[in-house]
Amino acid sequence: MLFTSYEFILFLIVLVILYYLMPKKYQWILLLGASYLFYAFAGRTYLLYIMATTLSTYLISNRIHRLQQTASDYLKESKGSLSREERKEYKTSMKKKQRRLLVVCLLLNFGILAVLKYTDFTIANINSLLNLFHVRKELPFFRFALPLGISFYTFQTMGYIIDVYREKYSAEKNVFRLALFVSFFPQLIQGPISRFDDLKETLYSEHFFDAREVSFGLQRILWGYFKKLVIADRLLIAVNTIVGNPKEYQGVYVLVGMFFYAIELYCDFTGGIDIVIGIAQVLGIRIQENFIRPYFSKSITEYWRRWHITLGTWFKDYMFYPISVSKSMLDLSKKCRKWFGNGIGKRIPVYLASIIVWFTTGIWHGAAWNFIVWGLLNCLVILVSQECEPLYFKFHSRFSVKDKFWYRLFQVGRTFWLMSFLRTLDCYRDVSTTFRMYGTIFTEHNYGQIFRGGFMTFGLSLADYIILILSVTLVLVVSLMQRSGSVREKFAERPILLRYTAYFVMFLAVILFGAYGVGYDASQFIYSQF
Amino acid sequence: MEKIVEILKGLHPEVDYDTCETLIDDKIIDSFDIVTLVSDLSDEFDITIPVEEIKPENFNSAKAIYAMVERILDEE
Repeated sequence: MLFTSYEFILFLIVLVILYYLMPKKYQWILLLGASYLFYAFAGRTYLLYIMATTLSTYLISNRIHRLQQTASDYLKESKGSLSREERKEYKTSMKKKQRRLLVVCLLLNFGILAVLKYTDFTIANINSLLNLFHVRKELPFFRFALPLGISFYTFQTMGYIIDVYREKYSAEKNVFRLALFVSFFPQLIQGPISRFDDLKETLYSEHFFDAREVSFGLQRILWGYFKKLVIADRLLIAVNTIVGNPKEYQGVYVLVGMFFYAIELYCDFTGGIDIVIGIAQVLGIRIQENFIRPYFSKSITEYWRRWHITLGTWFKDYMFYPISVSKSMLDLSKKCRKWFGNGIGKRIPVYLASIIVWFTTGIWHGAAWNFIVWGLLNCLVILVSQECEPLYFKFHSRFSVKDKFWYRLFQVGRTFWLMSFLRTLDCYRDVSTTFRMYGTIFTEHNYGQIFRGGFMTFGLSLADYIILILSVTLVLVVSLMQRSGSVREKFAERPILLRYTAYFVMFLAVILFGAYGVGYDASQFIYSQF
Repeated sequence: MEKIVEILKGLHPEVDYDTCETLIDDKIIDSFDIVTLVSDLSDEFDITIPVEEIKPENFNSAKAIYAMVERILDEE
């Protein structure tokens, strides 16, 4: 059941009516039922996977929590009777038991994800190696079906159990409440990857109908559909034409493809997240933002703080820090300081952890070398810019350009193009084709062609381009307005006639210009495939 | 406290650590700085800073870092 399908709209309308009519204390139970129903539409067997993750996490998190309570009670009771060393030893042994349980849970759940998502990728690589050594045997593929949103719900649930282990909060005692946290349907397909302490209050509390919240939520849903259906799905046609025919579309067309894909992906993913957050808001539930106008970033590190925020913070909190400040990494750093000096020694933990994190970020997006290379190139750019920091500092102190508008614009443009350049790895069928296409930007001098009818060969008409220019301009204007606060709140102060005319025009735009007319269907959200 | 300020000065000499209480909130120190900081603090005070201590409120100011180090020293 796609977010863009009529079935989903009907599902949502029925849910919202029931949600506000029923006794408030059962609202979360209805949400759980709706989430499982939504998931069952994707495939009933998938339910087994999400139930396995929920149940294993529930049992193990509660076991960890009980051990923590036992330890805390014992230490309180034996205060004074145990020496400092004995207390420390007891704490360490109890923490070790908890860690063992945590590792079991992580191995089980990441194991499920890894087997389903990466088995065929591993087999394909083994077969390539066998081929390289002229071994004629090929291993068969398993072709496992990937349960909907497994990458998202696995990360969210493993984040929860790590937090329980770290005693950030106690384990949820009610398995059904935990099941709702794992499966809450709006965010199941493409995030955001929420934290339990952010979501629990709003998810399980009673919600009364609030016209303003519902109206704001509906506006956000409409805005999301506009970005997805009018812009992203329209640009998808051009992007598919360009990247699907690399022999024909080279040089300047690769740049056009990059630019179109940057806008397509932004409108697809942020549009999807607008729909997710909007649905939650209609239900009175607050979900964390996943984007803060990332294309206005002045550097790649800033970009990654503003794009897919919840995935970035997940990797930072649960992978980057645990690796980089682990005892073994700090020991390695110490040794490296002795061998290579202070400068290099200090960089070792950060560099190694960054490479591991970006490799994982890449492979999280998809079981293909394209994504791995994309992740590692991101890492390279971040580390190089980190190394260049003293140079930037000198440059900025020598030339006072940092606050100049044109310089900020240059930085934003540079970041946008750099990210678009890297992101092209998502598009072509393999890494070598992508690099060949990068090369043609410099070798194919066909820049004039694009204005001699080139644009009209991508499968889009003049009317499509006019719709795109107007729509993207609107998205840009709204983004600029967002910098000084909520656009919906500003709009709410406008006369009622103007507001409702605007809503109606936006609704009509989605109906009339949404790319789901004759000839093609609304496509899946790009991130739902990750 | 002076030792902590000295370590911080090594990362960003331009910051006034006596008054600044938004090192993380204003993105003055980033995740790379935090790793270096954890490594330096571990060496300087001979402590192990567990990963769960890496949270904004513990690194937002020199005072907060000092309080965290004191607490860990006390627990160890």
